Amino acid sequence: MAEKTLRKGNEALAEGAIRAGCRFFAGYPITPQNEVPEYMAAHMADAGGAFVQAESEVSAINMVYGSASTGTRAMTSSSSPGVSLKQEGISYLASADLPCLIVNMMRGGPGLGNIAGAQGDYFQATRGGGNGDYHIFVFAPNSVEELGNFPKMAYELSEKYRIPAMILADGILGQMMESMSFNFDPIDPKTLGKFDWALDIHKNGAPKNNVFSYKGDNLSADVWSRAKRYGQVEREEVRFEERNTEDCDVLLVAYGLSSRACLEALTKAQEKGLKVGLLRPITLWPFPSKRIHELAGKVKAVLTVEQSLGQLVQDVRLAVNGKAPVYLNAYPAGDTPSGESILTAAASALKGEGEGLFDLQKYSEGFDYKGGRK
Amino acid sequence: MTIIAQKPHSLTDVPMHYCPGCGHGIVHRLMGEAIDELNIGDKVIGVAPVGCAVFADSYFACDMIQGAHGRGPAIATGIKRSKPEAIVFSYQGDGDLASIGMAEIVHAAARSEHITVIFINNAIYGMTGGQMAPTTLVGQVATTAPKGRDPLLQGWPINICEMLSALKGAKYLERVAVDSPQHVMAAKKAIKKAFENQVKGIGFSLVEVLSQCPTNWGVDPLKSLEFVRTKMMPQYPLGVFKDEGAE
Amino acid sequence: MPRIEVDANRCKACYLCVNACPKKCLGKSKTISKKGYFPAEMVHPENCIGCTMCYMVCPDVAITVIK
Repeated sequence: MAEKTLRKGNEALAEGAIRAGCRFFAGYPITPQNEVPEYMAAHMADAGGAFVQAESEVSAINMVYGSASTGTRAMTSSSSPGVSLKQEGISYLASADLPCLIVNMMRGGPGLGNIAGAQGDYFQATRGGGNGDYHIFVFAPNSVEELGNFPKMAYELSEKYRIPAMILADGILGQMMESMSFNFDPIDPKTLGKFDWALDIHKNGAPKNNVFSYKGDNLSADVWSRAKRYGQVEREEVRFEERNTEDCDVLLVAYGLSSRACLEALTKAQEKGLKVGLLRPITLWPFPSKRIHELAGKVKAVLTVEQSLGQLVQDVRLAVNGKAPVYLNAYPAGDTPSGESILTAAASALKGEGEGLFDLQKYSEGFDYKGGRK
Repeated sequence: MTIIAQKPHSLTDVPMHYCPGCGHGIVHRLMGEAIDELNIGDKVIGVAPVGCAVFADSYFACDMIQGAHGRGPAIATGIKRSKPEAIVFSYQGDGDLASIGMAEIVHAAARSEHITVIFINNAIYGMTGGQMAPTTLVGQVATTAPKGRDPLLQGWPINICEMLSALKGAKYLERVAVDSPQHVMAAKKAIKKAFENQVKGIGFSLVEVLSQCPTNWGVDPLKSLEFVRTKMMPQYPLGVFKDEGAE
Repeated sequence: MPRIEVDANRCKACYLCVNACPKKCLGKSKTISKKGYFPAEMVHPENCIGCTMCYMVCPDVAITVIK
């Protein structure tokens, strides 16, 4: 169980999902997550499950919707543009209160973008992504080891609350090879109990189950009942990691691979005479707002480090709620942070201005774009 | 005195919401009869569509799921692959199956998914109020084809059975109608066979039903039967297009 | 003697059964149903042969045939 092996991120994730009891996978090829369906194609049948290469991401998520409705631990994976296509199904899964696992190995965007890693899908993931009023769990691993071990946590929380779960990872993480171990024994889903809501056969006269998206009677009551679960999730299921937060002047907030660069910054901070700490959200929804708010009262500045143009920082600002100045150190669409560049920004944050701090209004000051038809 | 014909056990007691004369109810009943006669009532799981049959899950006594528009075959695939012992059907209209869900139906057929698809073709979008469907006939007036479907502007109708018959994975394809007792009897036979094929593990089976939509055609129920016979059947001839399960 | 029962709570008065009956047994009721329709009903029960044609075409599964 605790044996360390060298694994590629995407393969660790796929193996971790099978070990976590995933027995249905549907997906469509897209870089940089192809190793996931490839691994599933090679190993799912041996595990007694089904693998389907779907005709599209839309189909794949709807296959997951069908499989999940039977209580099966179902999964799909894709990368940014493909996850956009899945939003229809994710919204349906949320509306039908079905547990499942969706993986987004983020790439650069918008549109086709590129296959370099990025974190531009934060809004899409944490705001629901599809139509309607809903949330999904969003887990943000920052190592191959976490990629391999998160599927179990994702299924368990998703099933407990009947809320779909997403693993939102940097595309590069899927391609990285690291030493890792699984922290749990493989789960045989046959040993798991049944759900009273799942579609089934041979029910011996038990009342029929309908998995509804639109129940047709009282939509607002459904949304309110879901809201209670959302509230409980925000109270009880927030996960995050802290480093050097007991005594720091600048609190970094970063998830996924950006947080790895922040760890490097932490090791070099002392020699630069800076006191820097890190809060890494592991769940992006539910967001560790409460803890960030507490820490904000003890620091001189909060600095969000993200590989996007100012997405995570919005949740951080909501959490800090004026208790400390919040700055953004942004690396959109393939730009990459380093310990050095983060510390430069951290030093600027202490001064309230300088290199590495991105502010959209300052950035575009004096810029006067003449667009429109000629 | 014995009852020789009544509502099948596989249908619930919930009165259906369809408009007077609509063919959906007839097809629901035929499916219920087929399920009863094959004695598979405790093994069926159904996928209800978006469209007029969106509440079909209230009418069938089996476990059911409500799918997004066009995605029935993908959802049925997920269910069947996760529960191979189940008899899974997808019930879809023409906008659902032949327009937004074209990719899903073609690939489910190509993979020869072991599912039963009941395809209701009434040449119009019913629930949304009479817009042009992929199966709307040339010249047929729809709210989005106010002057009648003009092939030069809106293309030609899609014949699903003919199209799918090119696929090796499609094992049974038949087009039927429910405009007369004779045709209803033939439709029943086809629907039963489409379920039986799944029991026997033959592969992808689809029955296309030419069905009347008096409301959106703007005619009374009796005239809607005429429309099926005189307008739809020339474009959509009845018959078996594929039957690879046959001896 | 064969007979049929029309469930007035399901019938929506499309009269496809009236049209389908080879013996012209069925007609329109003069009483309005709870649903607001004038449901189909037997007007010539003596002619019924229990052929189930009415049942066959009924979109609302409102007809039971007894023989």
